[in-house]
Amino acid sequence: MSEFPHKPTRRTVLKTGVAGVAAGAATVAAPMFFMRNAWAQEFCNMPTGGSVTLGFNVPQTGAYADEGADELRAYQLAVKHLNGEGDGGMINTMKPTMLKGNGVLGKKVEFVTGDTQTKSDAARASAKRMIEKDGAIMITGGSSSGVAIAVQSLCQDTGVIFMAGLTHSNDTTGKDKRRYGFRHFFNAYMSGLALGPVLESAMGKDRRAYHLTADYTWGWTQEESIKNTTEGLGWETVEAVRTPLGAGDFSQYLTPVLNSGADVLILNHYGKDMVNSLTQAVQFGMRDKQVNGKQFEVVVPLYSRLMAQGAGENIKGILGTTNWHWSLQDDGSKAFVKSFGQEYGFPPSQAAQTCYTQTLLYANACETAGTFAPPAVIGALEGFEFDGMGNGQTLYRAADHQCFKKVLVVAGNENPTSQFDLLQVVEEVPREQVTYNPSIFGGELGSADAKAC
Amino acid sequence: MFGISKINDIMLLVAFAAIILAGPIILEPIGASYPDLLQKFAIFGIFAIGFNILFGLTGYLSFGHAAFLGVGSYAAVWSFKLLSMNAIPAIAIAVVLSGLFALAIGYVSLRRAGIYFSILTLAFAQMSYNLAYSVLTPITNGETGLRVLRTDPRYLDVMFGADVGAAQPTTNFFGIEMTGWPGFYFCGIVLIAAFAFSIVIFRSPFGMTLRAIKSNQNRMGYTGFNSRPYLMSAFIISGMYAGLAGSLLAVTDPLAGAERMQWTASGEVVLMTILGGAGTLLGPVLGAGIIKYFENIFSAFNESVLNSLFEFMPEDVRHVVVEVAGLFVGDGWHLTLGVLFMIVVIFLPGGLMEGAMRVLRIKHSPKVTNIGKSPQRDIVGEGAIEENLDDRVRTAPARSKPTG
Repeated sequence: MSEFPHKPTRRTVLKTGVAGVAAGAATVAAPMFFMRNAWAQEFCNMPTGGSVTLGFNVPQTGAYADEGADELRAYQLAVKHLNGEGDGGMINTMKPTMLKGNGVLGKKVEFVTGDTQTKSDAARASAKRMIEKDGAIMITGGSSSGVAIAVQSLCQDTGVIFMAGLTHSNDTTGKDKRRYGFRHFFNAYMSGLALGPVLESAMGKDRRAYHLTADYTWGWTQEESIKNTTEGLGWETVEAVRTPLGAGDFSQYLTPVLNSGADVLILNHYGKDMVNSLTQAVQFGMRDKQVNGKQFEVVVPLYSRLMAQGAGENIKGILGTTNWHWSLQDDGSKAFVKSFGQEYGFPPSQAAQTCYTQTLLYANACETAGTFAPPAVIGALEGFEFDGMGNGQTLYRAADHQCFKKVLVVAGNENPTSQFDLLQVVEEVPREQVTYNPSIFGGELGSADAKAC
Repeated sequence: MFGISKINDIMLLVAFAAIILAGPIILEPIGASYPDLLQKFAIFGIFAIGFNILFGLTGYLSFGHAAFLGVGSYAAVWSFKLLSMNAIPAIAIAVVLSGLFALAIGYVSLRRAGIYFSILTLAFAQMSYNLAYSVLTPITNGETGLRVLRTDPRYLDVMFGADVGAAQPTTNFFGIEMTGWPGFYFCGIVLIAAFAFSIVIFRSPFGMTLRAIKSNQNRMGYTGFNSRPYLMSAFIISGMYAGLAGSLLAVTDPLAGAERMQWTASGEVVLMTILGGAGTLLGPVLGAGIIKYFENIFSAFNESVLNSLFEFMPEDVRHVVVEVAGLFVGDGWHLTLGVLFMIVVIFLPGGLMEGAMRVLRIKHSPKVTNIGKSPQRDIVGEGAIEENLDDRVRTAPARSKPTG
């Protein structure tokens, strides 16, 4: 072992030396290159050129990919309308509005997209890329409350405004609310408030409810909210069972329901989970059963048209709530359905409506504030009262950054006239009835101070 | 033996360190030069280096390494919540805990080899994932993920009188905030240290024993050599590397989610190692970089980016090209990765490092016939060991048979 078969020759030593010196020099020079954004910037990603970049962070793969695809369509439509292309959509119906269809503050709107994969890690990585690399001034999107909360707290830390997309958990604007995060979508607590009276008139005061709940933040808060409402009506909660997200087969959870003496099944599921659990419940013949002398009923507190499409026949007559539905006849909804239909050939989902509205609201707040600086934009959004966006008179409450507007109670359509006409609006619950005290959830918004990034 | 490769190894380490530290400049042209992605390169590089110590040297394919990554993350976040926002206690606790966790899982799993070992580790990892996801929610906060809150106790910080005030606390390394570029340099230096330690293991008699296990464990047994303690050590070291990577994920972004432990994450590190070249020093880091690059950059390409990329083409041709290319980027990035992986496995079973060696025409490159049989050789340095090994083996009449 004393031979030296690989003795370094003069040549290798020279070569390595040169390479080493070059690399070393580069390392020393490095800090001067990437600190270039460190000065001359009052806030994170201040737009300097003729354009402004928005970051659309939606699930493109995974369980919520359908919702994500529709959200992305809505965002692209919103960008078109902001830049003055197309027919303008809800820009024409929004009141009050400062939007002129020439971009935002005279700058052309551009966008970057990313895939959240419905995972907090991936969503935060994607949002960070938009902020650090692409210079996004605002992040929006999300189709799961866990992801929305994770991205919202990241945005608070980096000082970039987050306009939440589809997220229904109370926590998003409850205990996990943030100064930089805003939600237009309604929440589980409002679903409960809206659903209560309808459930009472449809099913009476003497019922025994059984909950199946998706085991994460949204499921937990929805179960709690619906339980509060139904117990307030005098219903009894037999049991609340947590099911893993994406379980696929729910038969093991459904079998005990009929033997428990419950006569209402409440499915706190969303997306594919709801499609599977509802379909299996119907296959078990639950909806034809008589329990305690009453007709057995199923309730799905959060509905969406995309879910209704998946569940098909099984949803007929089943009650639930939704943020918005394309069949609404106000000017804003009609304008949005028209331009979305012209662009893509089918009506938008509620996810699309909330994302489109959020983009316009952000742009309008920038115009109102006259700057992109987040503290001023936050000021313009807080307490903003508007109309003509499809949900009637709406308030962005300053105390928790939650929008208050009417909530739709819907039922599966008994006689659908088309493949999109699956939900029927039973009642438009007025805003006053779903408004609650912001202090019930706790949490704190934190500071609005601008940060350099 | 050490004297021979020492200079080569130091050269390798210095070059590696220079490339990592100059990463922000080198990666600028391909659009990867931003802190978050470079942090991910470094962190998953550490994860893959650790995995390679087990898989590359002993040939034991663990399909549950993400469990250690997750344990490291949760341990680090709990350290941020209970002790201090400083990175050091978090990393120390995470490494120790994941080592203990690896001891427990390894004790059971290493009783079997081959596919049974893989299945056992997969089962344990999937169990850990489900525990974190829906059973141990008070510790892990389930799907929502464990986060640092302003109101957490942080006894050490309080003891030393650090006052975070009303702001959300951020992780630090004795006052330097661990986000952005400082976060990357911190991870980069840890990566260099981890790489140096892996060189030491590769060159040590311990590393040689591990290779012997890979080449023929039965024969080792017949000669009266107990290989279990060596396997166990390799498994624990590799688990600690994973825990270190997990804790760094929490240091740069103090949030731990259960999906980090999912089997897809375990599969990812296997892909990284094989793509780069199992059993090589540099391969795993290279593989980790490529996979993270695809995940973060390719997934972000959309139609408008493609249109501007192919602007030089005439309208009609461009339309077709964008349509076709659109399948492979954006939400189709998995497809591109799959194609790349197939090409590598079919044509370069020794990973990209084998490709690099063929291109550079490094002499005696052994022909690799399947993934398990890695080249065991790096661009620099390792030739020496291989030469010595060959000398010794040449005297034996038959070379080892593949054990599968």
